[in-house]
Amino acid sequence: MKTSTIEGPRPKNVSIARIGVYCFLIICSLFFLMPLYIMIITSLKDMEEIRQGNLFYLPKNLSTYAWPKAWGTACTGFVCEGLKPGLLNSFKITIPSVIVSVSLAAINGYALSFWRFKGSYFFFGLCIFGAFIPYQVMIYPLLRIENILGIYSSIPGIVLVHTIFGMPILTLIFRNYYSNLPIDLFKAARIDGGSFLKIFFYVILPMSTPIMIVAVILQITGIWNDFLLGLVFAGRENQPMTVQLNNIVQVDFGVAEYNVDMAATILTSLVPLLVYFFSGKLFVRGIAAGALKG
Amino acid sequence: MSVSKSVEVKNLFFKYGTFKGAVNILSELNLDIYKGEFMVLLGPSGCGKTTLLNCIAGLLDLDKGQIWIEGNNVTWKEPKDRNIGMVFQNYALYPSMTVVKNLSFGLKMTGASKTIIEKKVKEVSGLLQISDFLHRKPAQLSGGQRQRVAIGRALVRGAKVFLFDEPLSNLDAKLRAELRYEIKKLHRDLDNTMIYVTHDQIEAMTLADRIAVMKDGIIQQLDIPKEIYNKPSNFFVAGFIGSPSMNFMKGKILSNENIFEIGQTKISLQNYPFINSIGSDTEVIFGIRPEDININKNNVPSLKCKVELIEPMGADTLIWTSIEKKPISIRIEGNKSFELGDEIEITLNITRASIFDKISEKRI
Repeated sequence: MKTSTIEGPRPKNVSIARIGVYCFLIICSLFFLMPLYIMIITSLKDMEEIRQGNLFYLPKNLSTYAWPKAWGTACTGFVCEGLKPGLLNSFKITIPSVIVSVSLAAINGYALSFWRFKGSYFFFGLCIFGAFIPYQVMIYPLLRIENILGIYSSIPGIVLVHTIFGMPILTLIFRNYYSNLPIDLFKAARIDGGSFLKIFFYVILPMSTPIMIVAVILQITGIWNDFLLGLVFAGRENQPMTVQLNNIVQVDFGVAEYNVDMAATILTSLVPLLVYFFSGKLFVRGIAAGALKG
Repeated sequence: MSVSKSVEVKNLFFKYGTFKGAVNILSELNLDIYKGEFMVLLGPSGCGKTTLLNCIAGLLDLDKGQIWIEGNNVTWKEPKDRNIGMVFQNYALYPSMTVVKNLSFGLKMTGASKTIIEKKVKEVSGLLQISDFLHRKPAQLSGGQRQRVAIGRALVRGAKVFLFDEPLSNLDAKLRAELRYEIKKLHRDLDNTMIYVTHDQIEAMTLADRIAVMKDGIIQQLDIPKEIYNKPSNFFVAGFIGSPSMNFMKGKILSNENIFEIGQTKISLQNYPFINSIGSDTEVIFGIRPEDININKNNVPSLKCKVELIEPMGADTLIWTSIEKKPISIRIEGNKSFELGDEIEITLNITRASIFDKISEKRI
């Protein structure tokens, strides 16, 4: 028998299963990318070409007519200013809502995991239960309450609503993350003389970066994409981009301009897309940080 | 109230859980700790020693009783107002802060001026030899360095009472011995009251002025280390303290003859210092430490046995034999040599033995 020596790189094994997995992944990504592809090419066609009905073909004559119109002159109801004001409104709603809801939820989670008071488990359960109540049930009561408070149809009004609806799931996220931090750290800070807020800001908050990122991304995309609450609570002047997009698409008079619709849709989804694009890695890392310790 | 007391635990009750499933962890516990004393709370896990420490620190709310520190009733005071510093098993250093910031955090919270903070931090870091890595984060330090910083953090605030919650348990054996020495030196130099929780009896023996051995939330024995080692007040303490542990034999005392009888073997208890008189034919547990058994040649009265196992430990060697089929260990000097199967004659140093009642398990 010959003496055999084994060296060199590990031989590649291409199995049928491996090929199957890749096929599945490629088909999946095609499936999910297809709408985006159609949206982009349609937005770059003129109406004549769209009417020919070749949905999947690349545009013959590149037309940039739809984009400026969607942005600046498309009619949303009675005004024809495009999505421009909506973008600003969406920012005005999203930024304060994210800041307020995430900070409140962080403090909630911190209190519920470190300053356990009598009935804190019950309170936590109640909070989680809130996540399972459908929006529709609460819309009218909330509307009445805001009316009485005098903040209905205003930015503070919609910010309050987003904060309330974000609270259950965000509190859950923060509480679970904080429960996995060593309790001795908190004890040491108490002996060192920290008060409720000082311990939070000096000790706990600097350790919260991964979960903060998760919460912020969840909230930005959730609030940006919201349609129903924005429609009901924001008021006519503060309608977010999603509501205006709807108004452009659902226009009652004239011809339906699909290229403008597509351009408007892409513009509306740009912010969440960019957020995922640039922070997707951080998001996954944050989720994993929680998962590993739990 | 006497002035010399530093920490007093009065009639302490603590239970976990609120409703029917509540478990009493501590009930009616009393403990006085004197100024400048090094008190070690020793016991197996789940004995309530850490709970007691947390109650003293104010990190757990007690159900009944009082805690006094330095003459003040602090039962319901916040931890920060109790004049205490605490060191934890897992260091509990603030991970986002550098060593300096960790050290100065407590002072900063009390609103001390920058110059005072700087001075104190310098003092303490010199004392604990941590000056070289003041600007590193805890993650960049080794376990031993981290625990030094944690001790420093407790020192900086100038507390009167230090609480240690198994501070050396996460360190390897060599570092543990090193830091044990440091802590002992610190206590000698600083003269603060220290309360130290551990399950390691060597730490307890080496560090303590007094040891409180605990089991099931009850202090079994509170005494100086020497007494605890030599005269354990019950069977549990005798078995828990000492490594290698005490040899035990269950048998009977024939009272009139002052003889301990196990099977066919009779051992005279002529010189045993009984603290209670006993009835005849009392069932007892006879305990003797491995170093209180001598191997000899001609002395009488002696027992004949065989060497069954040898465990060399360097300075000492442990010889295993048996009396009436009960394994017995004998500690001899490391340089003496025996072979397996050697016939030996042993005498028990009865004055240093411990005898416990079989039912109450108390020393008799």
